[in-house]
Amino acid sequence: MKKADKFVMNAAGRIVPTIINGKKVTPFMGVNKYRPTHKGIATRIPTCIDYPKDGNKIVESLKEALIKSGLKDGMTISTHHHYRNGDYVANMIFDIAAELGIKDLRWFPSAAFPCHAPIIEHLKSGVVHHIEGSLNGPLGDFCSHGKMKGLGYLRSHGGRYRAIADGEIHIDIAVIAASAADMTGNANGVLGKHPFGPVSFSRTDAKNADRTIIVTDSLIDFPCYPWEIMGNDVDFVVALDEIGDPQKIVSGTTRITKSPDRLLIAEYCAKFVEAAGILKDGMNFQAGAGGTSLAFVHFIKEMMLEKGIKARSVVGGSTKFLVDMMEEGLTDYIFDGQTFGLEAISSLRDNPNHIPIGIFEIYDFHAKGNIARMLDVIVLGSTEVDVNFNANCVSHSDGRMLHGIGGFQNCMLAKCTILAVPSFRDRIPVIKDEVTTLVAPGELVDVIITERGIAINPRRKDLIEATKNSSLPIRDIKDLKKEIDQICGIPAKPKLSDEAVAVVEWIDGTILDTIRKVKK
Amino acid sequence: MAKISSAGNYGKEIRSDCKVTVELTKSGGLKLELVSKVKDYFEDQIISLAKNELKFFGIKNAKILIEDRGALDYIIAARIEAAIKQLLETKKEYLLPIINDNTNQTMKKCHRRSRLYLPGNTPKLAINAGIHKPDGIILDLEDSVAPAKKKEAAILVRNTLRSVNFYGAERMVRINQLPQGLIDLENIVPHNVNLILIPKCETAEQIKEVNSKIAKIKKEKKLKYNIWLMPIIESALGVINSYQIACSENVVALAIGLEDYTADLGIQRTTKGTETFFARSQIVNSAHAAKIQPIDSVFSDVSNMEALKQNVLISKSLGFAGMGCIHPRQIPIIHENYAPNINEIEKAQKIINAYNEAKEKGLGVVSLGSKMIDAPVIKKAQQTLDMAKIGGNDR
Repeated sequence: MKKADKFVMNAAGRIVPTIINGKKVTPFMGVNKYRPTHKGIATRIPTCIDYPKDGNKIVESLKEALIKSGLKDGMTISTHHHYRNGDYVANMIFDIAAELGIKDLRWFPSAAFPCHAPIIEHLKSGVVHHIEGSLNGPLGDFCSHGKMKGLGYLRSHGGRYRAIADGEIHIDIAVIAASAADMTGNANGVLGKHPFGPVSFSRTDAKNADRTIIVTDSLIDFPCYPWEIMGNDVDFVVALDEIGDPQKIVSGTTRITKSPDRLLIAEYCAKFVEAAGILKDGMNFQAGAGGTSLAFVHFIKEMMLEKGIKARSVVGGSTKFLVDMMEEGLTDYIFDGQTFGLEAISSLRDNPNHIPIGIFEIYDFHAKGNIARMLDVIVLGSTEVDVNFNANCVSHSDGRMLHGIGGFQNCMLAKCTILAVPSFRDRIPVIKDEVTTLVAPGELVDVIITERGIAINPRRKDLIEATKNSSLPIRDIKDLKKEIDQICGIPAKPKLSDEAVAVVEWIDGTILDTIRKVKK
Repeated sequence: MAKISSAGNYGKEIRSDCKVTVELTKSGGLKLELVSKVKDYFEDQIISLAKNELKFFGIKNAKILIEDRGALDYIIAARIEAAIKQLLETKKEYLLPIINDNTNQTMKKCHRRSRLYLPGNTPKLAINAGIHKPDGIILDLEDSVAPAKKKEAAILVRNTLRSVNFYGAERMVRINQLPQGLIDLENIVPHNVNLILIPKCETAEQIKEVNSKIAKIKKEKKLKYNIWLMPIIESALGVINSYQIACSENVVALAIGLEDYTADLGIQRTTKGTETFFARSQIVNSAHAAKIQPIDSVFSDVSNMEALKQNVLISKSLGFAGMGCIHPRQIPIIHENYAPNINEIEKAQKIINAYNEAKEKGLGVVSLGSKMIDAPVIKKAQQTLDMAKIGGNDR
């Protein structure tokens, strides 16, 4: 079986396969041009009489749970990423599979991290056939060099949810790490020894997998409430000594940047939001936990205090900074899919206005609306952008996959999407003629903000009009690029082979771009 | 002379710099090795730059190792030149073209509210310094450069003056204390520097020496542009001689350096600054007497913006027109707080309105309410409004 076959040019002008890992797929047809309708979901239909009357689903070990779940060759195993770089569970699963002599598994994580580097050995030995999910760090590098047997499949958080709903991915076994659970499988991420925050991205896995296993290091008496994962969706519960290290959720990102250039970028973002008339009472916005985003929150907060403005909601990843904002009365609600730090976890647990949200609420393409589309503004980072406002967040300019795709694409639906990027990194310009990997089509990227100037997408005449009398350095993106190229020099094009190693799916399930093998 | 040498910096924490090691060999041609994070993108560009430069210096046989952390061409060129100059006695300079933006001149009276110090041998800080819009950028050859690195810093500073766009900030260099500073001038003067800071200045005689050296270089190189001087007074003797210094040719501003001044007196520098009150007042007075700008010392606590603000307000009230800074985030605070505040602007506007009204009516005497307003008050009001126009937070 070829990893990828029958290539065509899609509506974004990218050459993409129409057959991936043996299955037929649809090429990208343009933003809002395609509606997936094939709800092909088919999960095992359980009945309560097949489960213990006393509700006790505890088994001795993860190995036993996997065997009882019928682990066999070729299955799809899902995990979540809420412990981020501190997760122990995914590695355990594939070590057990290797021990049992299982082959050709498909790992379907909501994201992978550098801590999952040991899985490279299982990819090499054939225990894991391929990964469908964010590929970054050592795993991304491995895949970029064409060493993975199957084609990598990069889906956004929302895209992952959609793929399950549409029956494109059938999860055989979902293994869900929970910081607290009871014997029947009611579970959450806010109680127990090592809380990590919401476990909401796993709800769909629990609902739609044939078998669902909860692993926890804190078994508590029934009921474990809040039950973000309901015991009624769970087959087995395993208590382990440890399942993850919440200290490593933070990977050095949740501090306000000290770099004067990045602070300037963040300040420009905040001033742009103000100049564009977005900063007003009742606004809803999203800002992540990266250094620049946090600095943006810091500046926005100062402006809100000065002008007496209050937001209605802020979407996390939540941090101490967002929690402080809520406690100081600057926002009524925090919507949260990922927490960073103990203050945020306590707030999520104790403050009813700190609301855990799942993919359905914020990003689902099949939902009858979603929160991302209602956001007034969202500030994101990016690895590359181009003169047509296309954006890349997964690969470096050398084509290597090094960053997770996360909710990047889903966020593009917000009313104003701002990409905050330095104009160059290590002499490599961030604004290109054409992005190496297309992750977000330019028509959805509204503003690109660098320390050297702000480029507004010509499609957004309203934003151009609103900010034209401001003192902000608003410039044509091509001028900006020219200036940056004069500083850095023009970099040579990446050396990539024709061989496809992964694809990027658009949120509607069509194939947006192909990632090719890195030479050398 | 040695056969092997190196210049520049390389390491995990280093960015936008490189270390160049050159070993002269008897035969075998040029052997170049590049270790770089950006090798995939810039290998050809870096290798061809290195080859041209080696050829320029007449080197035919050598092993060259460039360990790079994303250095721009002008930085790599400076490091190669510095390494070569440890091996060869040569007056030649490998110059990249000067960018257009770096040929402007500055006015004697231009704003000098903030001057941002950059260590002369740390290229990463210079590349983006201009985007933070300080009034001036100082490439420092003096205290922030280790003695062993002075020569390579001088070459890097020269290249920086030619290649880095400071987006309108006045291009300043702080030379070393004389007599070393006089040698620095040879490296700096021909490359469109706007202003030179003379550290630890104590006598007008020193300014004369600097001026005559600059004049000599300008004559030799047929340079037409003005080069302004900002002496820094950092001792008791300097304070006493400050008026003579301030009156010297080409001096446009007089700065005070309080760390060295308090050390000279053998006293502690305090936040309150009572111990330096006399020196600061003397500098302000000397500068105004000579019709130049008095410039305050650096405020070194980069994390305390509130304390900086208070410091600026005191500085402004004493009569200073600007101060030094060491972090870009200090710039807007400095600009904002040297600028007239809203009460000052309103009062000044009222005075000017009254003056204009009186002029229209042909009145000889201007009054506002029950107060008579005389010429100096009007002049001061106009200065306030001019200052307000350029604003504090003008970025």
